[in-house]
Amino acid sequence: MLDLRKYPSLGAALRAALDRWPDDVCLIEADRERENCRLTYRQFKEAALPLARALQDSGFTAGSRAAIIMTNQWKWLISAYAILYCGGVLVPLDYKLTAPEHLQLLAHSKADILIAEYHLWRPITQSEGFAKSGLKTAIVTEVPANAELHGAKRWEEFRKTGDPVFVERARNDWASIVYSSGTGGRPKGCVMTHGNYLEQCGALTSLFPFWPGVRYLSILPTNHAIDFMIGFIGPFVCGATVVHLRTLRPEFIRDAFTRYHITYVTLVPMILKSLERAMRLRFDALPAPRRRMLGRLIALNRACTRRRPHLRLSRLLLANVHQAFGGQLRAIFVGGAFTEPATLQFFYDLGIPVGNGYGLTEAGTVITLNDFKPFRSDTVGKPLPGTEVRIMNPDAEGVGEVAARSKTIMSHYLDDSEMTAATIVDGWLMTGDLGRIDAMGHLQLFGRRKNMIVTAGGKNIYPEDIERAFEGISVKEFCIFAANYVWPQRTMTGEQLVLVMRFDDAAQFADVLRSQVAERNRLLPDFKRVSGMLVWRRDFPRTASLKIKRDVLAEEIRGSMDRSAMVSV
Amino acid sequence: MPSLDEVTEEVLRLAASHSKVPRAQLSPDDDFFKMLGIDSLQALDLLTRIENHFKIELPDYELQGVSDFRTLAARIQARL
Repeated sequence: MLDLRKYPSLGAALRAALDRWPDDVCLIEADRERENCRLTYRQFKEAALPLARALQDSGFTAGSRAAIIMTNQWKWLISAYAILYCGGVLVPLDYKLTAPEHLQLLAHSKADILIAEYHLWRPITQSEGFAKSGLKTAIVTEVPANAELHGAKRWEEFRKTGDPVFVERARNDWASIVYSSGTGGRPKGCVMTHGNYLEQCGALTSLFPFWPGVRYLSILPTNHAIDFMIGFIGPFVCGATVVHLRTLRPEFIRDAFTRYHITYVTLVPMILKSLERAMRLRFDALPAPRRRMLGRLIALNRACTRRRPHLRLSRLLLANVHQAFGGQLRAIFVGGAFTEPATLQFFYDLGIPVGNGYGLTEAGTVITLNDFKPFRSDTVGKPLPGTEVRIMNPDAEGVGEVAARSKTIMSHYLDDSEMTAATIVDGWLMTGDLGRIDAMGHLQLFGRRKNMIVTAGGKNIYPEDIERAFEGISVKEFCIFAANYVWPQRTMTGEQLVLVMRFDDAAQFADVLRSQVAERNRLLPDFKRVSGMLVWRRDFPRTASLKIKRDVLAEEIRGSMDRSAMVSV
Repeated sequence: MPSLDEVTEEVLRLAASHSKVPRAQLSPDDDFFKMLGIDSLQALDLLTRIENHFKIELPDYELQGVSDFRTLAARIQARL
């Protein structure tokens, strides 16, 4: 791999990688059983530089900001490299947000340029506020013939000949603005520096090295901090290959492992669980003698790998299982949400180590990761090299708020010094999660202090962000909480949202309101829905500027009601 | 081209048989996540079966924001 200490910026490191391994394949895009494209590092460069030149010709300079809204595909990476080549600041936006949310974050980030897929661009142009978006240039991919572009340019045509000028950036310069939440009114734009990413990349690859010939399966969208680091920067600076899969359908994910002989993959718990379910079904369908034999082999593998993974032996003992994963899989990484220990153990016993990690966008992706020395299914691993983890104000059992300090921690929240000061205290990132460090230095998580939930699909949901969907329901006032914020529990599973509704004294819980709530809920994506309702009979405590004092309200509710007062939606 | 009602009926029939839920328990406006007790990945699995039946292909993002059978049927009908 490249010696990242030599490079001051992501652009410089990627540029060196493209020249270092010109004939190796860097990127494959697959969709179902088809292969859409396959690029060597040289071809990647040849595709990106004319785009960089066109960006520069349009006035894009060092520090200019450019947003990308795309699904998981090869043009995301090409566009990102072109932006970084020009010294620009990348604004990766979640393509699953709604068009008004996209517009809100585009405005907040002050992006001059947007690169988007046409099906995502069209609703943006139809949204209120589009005319005032401040975008100077929009570049759109996958445009159908004769489609109305609303002033955008086609990605394929936005090209200029001639060499672009590489713009060098320093480690402290901004590389990206990544939104960890905030579509409900207070955007949390994490400003990440080039140094943050280079440090994180160096730490991760020291634990799990990549090299030419390694194939990383990327199924998470690249706007996700994990995929940006482990599915783009990491493999590229090591000369490895990224295989993008444009579908999340379990059958095609299984197929991609064997077709591309995948070495590493990162999954969210929901997908890992789906793989486990499919494998258990296959095991259960085996004839009884073969099932018994498999059980014995799994037990033998478990005994042989108790202290550390033994890939060659596991591949020999459980050859069919490993062949089903392409025969080259070295590890699965899982993060973004809580993973059940039983699922981690299931894979480990088959000789497929699952590196369970913990991180935050604010921390530059990963804070802790299991290094398999030995494997632990009950923790999220140990701090990455260069990262310190401390438990703040621990209780008698050693549980307190997890804080992290590292060169990978974001610079600040964009245009929000107050929130930055509350989140980074004396150089420590306050995560809002509750944990304990055990005698082996592993971090165990026990719940959250902050008002948010994380779904099994790895989505962080902040209640404030979805309150807008319930505006106008027939109550005096309302707000949404993570149920575990109101009634703390030492668990990371089964998190749910509760809608607290202020009723007038005489008002009753009418069916009309129930159906109103259900109707609003249905308009939200499934992972953002509230599952409980709570009737509250007192005015909400508010600040002088009339904002709800959420911590005070939560305390009042906790003091007078328990969970059983919730009514399901 | 089949009408939206016809496509919806076919989607309901396929969903019921795939998820082993009596057809009579499902209505066009039902939330399929809730009625079939499935997560978004299982919904994609179901969608693949429905696509094979209609011999069409819908990108994953077409399912984004869709949670009831009728809207799903409309997305399918648009591709027939």
